[in-house]
Amino acid sequence: MKGMTIIVKTISSWVKVLVFLFGIYIILFGHLTPGGGFAGGVILAASYVLLMLAFGREFVEKNLPLPLASRLDCLGAFLFALIAILGLVFGGSFFVNFLYQKYLPGQPLNLISAGTIPLSNLAIGLKVGASLFLVIFTLSICCKDFKTDTSTHKKEE
Amino acid sequence: MLYALCFLLFMIGLYCAVIKKNMVKIVIGIMVMEYAVNLFLIMLGYRTGGIAPIIDKSQLEPSTGQLTAAFLNSSVDPLPQALVLTAIVISLGSLALMISICVRTYGKYGTFDITQIRRLKG
Amino acid sequence: MSIPLPAFVAIPLVTAFLLPIFGKKGKAAATVLANLATVSLLVLAIVSVGQSRVYEIGKWSIPLGINLVLDGLSSLLLLAISVVSTAAMFFSIRYMEQYTAKAKYLSLFLLMVAGMNGVVLSGDIFNLFVFLEIASIASYALVGFGCEHEELEASFKYMVLGSIGSIFILFAVALVYGNTGSLNMAYISKAIQSSGLNAGLTFALGLFIAGFGLKAALVPFHAWLPDAHPSAPAPISAMLSGVLIKTLGVYALTRVVFNVFGISISTGWLLIALGLLSMVAGAFLAIGQWDLKRLMAYSSISQLGYVVLGIGLGGLIIAEGGNLAWASLAILGGLFHLVNHAVYKSLLFLTSGSVEMSTGTRQMRQMGGLAEKMPVTRATCIIASASIAGIPPFSGFWSKLILVVAAIQASFYWVAAIIVFVSLCTLIMYLKVQRYVFLGELPENLQQSKEAKNSMLVAMIFLACLCVLMGLLVLVPSLRSHILNPAVKVLTDGLEYSTKIINM
Repeated sequence: MKGMTIIVKTISSWVKVLVFLFGIYIILFGHLTPGGGFAGGVILAASYVLLMLAFGREFVEKNLPLPLASRLDCLGAFLFALIAILGLVFGGSFFVNFLYQKYLPGQPLNLISAGTIPLSNLAIGLKVGASLFLVIFTLSICCKDFKTDTSTHKKEE
Repeated sequence: MLYALCFLLFMIGLYCAVIKKNMVKIVIGIMVMEYAVNLFLIMLGYRTGGIAPIIDKSQLEPSTGQLTAAFLNSSVDPLPQALVLTAIVISLGSLALMISICVRTYGKYGTFDITQIRRLKG
Repeated sequence: MSIPLPAFVAIPLVTAFLLPIFGKKGKAAATVLANLATVSLLVLAIVSVGQSRVYEIGKWSIPLGINLVLDGLSSLLLLAISVVSTAAMFFSIRYMEQYTAKAKYLSLFLLMVAGMNGVVLSGDIFNLFVFLEIASIASYALVGFGCEHEELEASFKYMVLGSIGSIFILFAVALVYGNTGSLNMAYISKAIQSSGLNAGLTFALGLFIAGFGLKAALVPFHAWLPDAHPSAPAPISAMLSGVLIKTLGVYALTRVVFNVFGISISTGWLLIALGLLSMVAGAFLAIGQWDLKRLMAYSSISQLGYVVLGIGLGGLIIAEGGNLAWASLAILGGLFHLVNHAVYKSLLFLTSGSVEMSTGTRQMRQMGGLAEKMPVTRATCIIASASIAGIPPFSGFWSKLILVVAAIQASFYWVAAIIVFVSLCTLIMYLKVQRYVFLGELPENLQQSKEAKNSMLVAMIFLACLCVLMGLLVLVPSLRSHILNPAVKVLTDGLEYSTKIINM
């Protein structure tokens, strides 16, 4: 893939920032508005897919090397599990929202109001974004040897 | 009536998955079935004239901070929507795996036709 | 000591996601970590035997939140899963050196274990579906792990049928939710008891039986199994045949049929018919096979028939209001056969893996005379074959004996006759394995074949010892009342499950 014409390249280089930011917004406000980790992660991955279509695979690989994406994928899943285990340590049961109950009560409908839920959303967003990017990237290389990691089925919070 | 249409969509997907010879079309058939079931789940929670189950400031009683009765009486059931979201995540995972297997098989056999991909018998 | 139940899911899941971080250099560390995870699961499963408890995730009380339930049946299945996965993981230390990407293999393996543990523990019907999908997707990927012609074809076949099964289950879950307004199994069961089965729920039950039947490869739905199980790497074949079809298929089916919907006479007959059909058809198809692992895969179908037959027979007796002691005897036979089959079939697949590794083929016609070259493999294979064919001191004999006794007590004489007949067929097919693989003349090209590596042998000997000793599970009363009887009681109690869970 060599990339597309200059018009597409210019526009997508502007748009990609907005798409990426929108993804982050969806993740961070997941506990208040529709959206959350999965939807935001998909949008994050989409911003990279846009780059891949416009500039070609090599450009994206330079920006986000595959091993790094794979690490981020694992890191997201690990963080999610860590939050669950912290719930066991501080709250006495897996997935207890210990931050909300003990440390950060907060008013409903404020940004800081839901304890561990935004953190889990963040972890899921990282996981989904990285793994969806990996899936699409590896599917786009047909000739090279690849092994898709389809462990995207992390349960939504 | 709508449920029957949903079931029709399900049967169309099943027909496609069972009858078609092309691997990609089989995958499409399975996904049609999946979406028929998702549609069915969403319709279970629907009520006529319902509103989206999203809470914002206008849905809270100003004095008590509880949900208003109007919201509770008119919002649709949010649980099936959560279920559908999870089901979509799962079907995304299996779709990606299926497509990658299709691509690899094409690389090995040079065809998508399952009548020509027959090394296993018995 | 009370263990937090989500640990059974969390340990393999966390380890699975930790492993790829080690990368290419830390292969040894990754292997050690994966083995530690399976061993710790085994320890946890042994500790949790005999307990029964409900765990509310995130401290949300039952109808609102997701709950995990540990009872007799769950802990029996947990024990079987962790024994087989420990042995298979140990076996794959050396076996998987033939393949690349070992870390990914280990991750997928642990994901599959996490999914199965989740299925066994889940008390929520949608969560059961989610865990079932995690385990199945991991197994689809593992079947196609070698990326050769046959493996990809088998994986695609398995994946198409498995996905259709999953969609049936999801559809049934949707129907159940629409009709009862709950997803918690205890509450669904209560709603069904108070209102009775309507058309939608009956349709849902049919979909559940079809979906779980597809996962369990009972005979009308068995087309994928003889392709998928031989194509996977040997430890994975052991896992698939040993525990995956049982947890995703038989366990989930019995849980839904007995504890949620309640057994009726027609479902009892349906289970018996499925069981008999699988037994007979699987045995006949197996005898004609010349591919070693394919023969074993067909015999898995046949043996799974015994399990479903035993459970169905017990269910039928309960539904007809017959003698509860006979019913529990039949169910005991079925469940005991399930555990036995998990052990000896995984042992058989491991021996086939070690034969395949040293000869490079699975065709029995090209083998022969391996007895001298591979004495340990041969000895373990003989033990497993004797066990599966039901030769007296070994475990398979006891479970088949119980099934025959139960069938005769309930005056199903023809069922008892079929059980004995299929048992003879099993004996014939494993005599064929012995004759063509281990006896006879050693072909020229196999002169160099060597015994398997040490760690593989350890795993095989471990399972072989279990094969010999498993008979004690029914013969020693204290073991029986600790491990098997609670599991039987969960099924014979049937719909009392819901009140128990709600009050716990």
